[in-house]
Amino acid sequence: MIRRWLALAALLVTSLAIGMLAGPADLSPREWWQALAGSPGPAATILWRVRLPRVATGALTGGMLAVSGVVFQALLRNPLAEPYLLGVSSGAALGAVSALALGLSGSAYFALPVAALAGALVAIAIVFEVARVGSRLDTQVLLLAGVVVSAFFGACVLLILTFVSTETLRSAFFWTLGSLSGASGGMILAMAAYSVPALVVLFGLSRHLNALALGEETAAYLGTEVERVKLLAFFLASLLAAAAVSVAGVIGFVGLVVPHAVRLWGIRDHRVLTPVSFLVGAAALVLADAVARTVAAPMEIPIGVVTAFLGVPMFLLLLRRAVRT
Amino acid sequence: MICKLDRVSFRYPARPVNAVTEVSLEVAAGTHVALVGPNGAGKSTVLRLLTGVLRPNDGRVTVLGRRSCDWKRREMARQVAVVSQGVEGVAGLSVRDLVSMGRYPYVNPWSPLGSEDRALVDAWLAAVDLVDLADRDAAELSGGELQRARLARALVQEPQLLLLDEPTAHLDLGHEARFMEIVNQIIHEQSVTVIAVTHHLNVAARYADRMILLSGGRVLADGAPSHVLAPEWLEAAFGWPIEVLNLGPVGRMAVAGRKDTARGDGTW
Repeated sequence: MIRRWLALAALLVTSLAIGMLAGPADLSPREWWQALAGSPGPAATILWRVRLPRVATGALTGGMLAVSGVVFQALLRNPLAEPYLLGVSSGAALGAVSALALGLSGSAYFALPVAALAGALVAIAIVFEVARVGSRLDTQVLLLAGVVVSAFFGACVLLILTFVSTETLRSAFFWTLGSLSGASGGMILAMAAYSVPALVVLFGLSRHLNALALGEETAAYLGTEVERVKLLAFFLASLLAAAAVSVAGVIGFVGLVVPHAVRLWGIRDHRVLTPVSFLVGAAALVLADAVARTVAAPMEIPIGVVTAFLGVPMFLLLLRRAVRT
Repeated sequence: MICKLDRVSFRYPARPVNAVTEVSLEVAAGTHVALVGPNGAGKSTVLRLLTGVLRPNDGRVTVLGRRSCDWKRREMARQVAVVSQGVEGVAGLSVRDLVSMGRYPYVNPWSPLGSEDRALVDAWLAAVDLVDLADRDAAELSGGELQRARLARALVQEPQLLLLDEPTAHLDLGHEARFMEIVNQIIHEQSVTVIAVTHHLNVAARYADRMILLSGGRVLADGAPSHVLAPEWLEAAFGWPIEVLNLGPVGRMAVAGRKDTARGDGTW
């Protein structure tokens, strides 16, 4: 276990360092070192004003998506479960595209994420309201409602995009594929204020998630208030996904691949699985973002493309190894 | 009185008829009760009503003096433990992890298991003879070993009432006997009350102090195994001619359906 934590720490430090240092600006290691030491200059501006917010946003977003994926997979006892299952991504997309179409995004830097968050929350609210019978949550109905609401919001997005300018269409396209370029200090604080309590509560539910992984009735016999825990965990996991999407757009694969990778590492207890997935998700997205802004510099490729390109082969490799042993 | 059903009726939603109709029974502390009867007689439903995961449509289910559906799950899990047939996904968990989950109702969500919790887990792993397998993946266990692990998990909950829902349904004779011996020993050493749903009438006759025969959601017979295991009760419940052999000492009985007696019209 100690070796695992060391490996994890190394992964995290390396990815954060790469995230801070990689990018189109061509600066010497000496300049970086001086900037790190605190002397002002262009390197310092890039490091603290551009890179740090971006790396922090990437780390938070990646961690939140990974934890959200962990929770969805535990609750649904389905390895294919991922954070966007309940319509979060299409709800966010509708919010974002509406803001873009109405020209709100130019008026304030936070208009786009706020609109996306609002869209995601509306989607979650509809899905929960459909699937909830009294205090009970029917998982099958929840999934079905998620799919249908996603489809509907997706259609709304397409309808809006039919009428907008090419410029807006392009913005919407890139937003949908995800990017961390909009990162700012205020946004990070807002996201942290929102996600840290959710993460703490989800960590507190770890043993309930362990029990639920055995089945709902068994969990009840082990002391879990099944319906209350399900409702809370689904809601918080969707909130995390909504926060991530609203800031960074729709970034796929992190929520699906990271929890699996960590499980294949032999970690099943959610008390470990949740925090480790957060850290691995954080490292993964920071690295993916570093790749996104360097491989085709000065062009930036969508981060969702990078997560798929890196995540899929890595996942297949892990899966292959797990199947063999 | 550890638990009591008072004229309890229950119907599963979307089912036309009651699963359980006006069932009344009381179970005294320290007894081993076998709940027997044909498929669909309502045996498992009675068990689930006792655990409070089902709420009766009519009547009152009390466990330790409180209505079963009023209990907080965490509090109930400290008094009542359940071992069922065993279809839960345990892959990736070590046997020790699986057994440790029985301490969940006791530990604070923020702290790890304490040394006393771990000692209790080790003690029960030893009692069910799984010490050597404790660090194995639970999915690698045989059916009998896995059921013993789940029994250990239930006992780590330190229950006063142990509910068994056909825990030996998939076990061979040897594993079943071993499982039942452990249960029997616990009853005597810890004065735990056991209510066990089973189809194995011969085994139930050997271990249970009391047998309750359910049929069509109602109690057909209730008493000592030698009283309940009478051909007339069993034939009424199971719809088949039945032969009961007394093998001497109390509790040693063999029950079997008769051969070559069914008539073409479905009656006998």
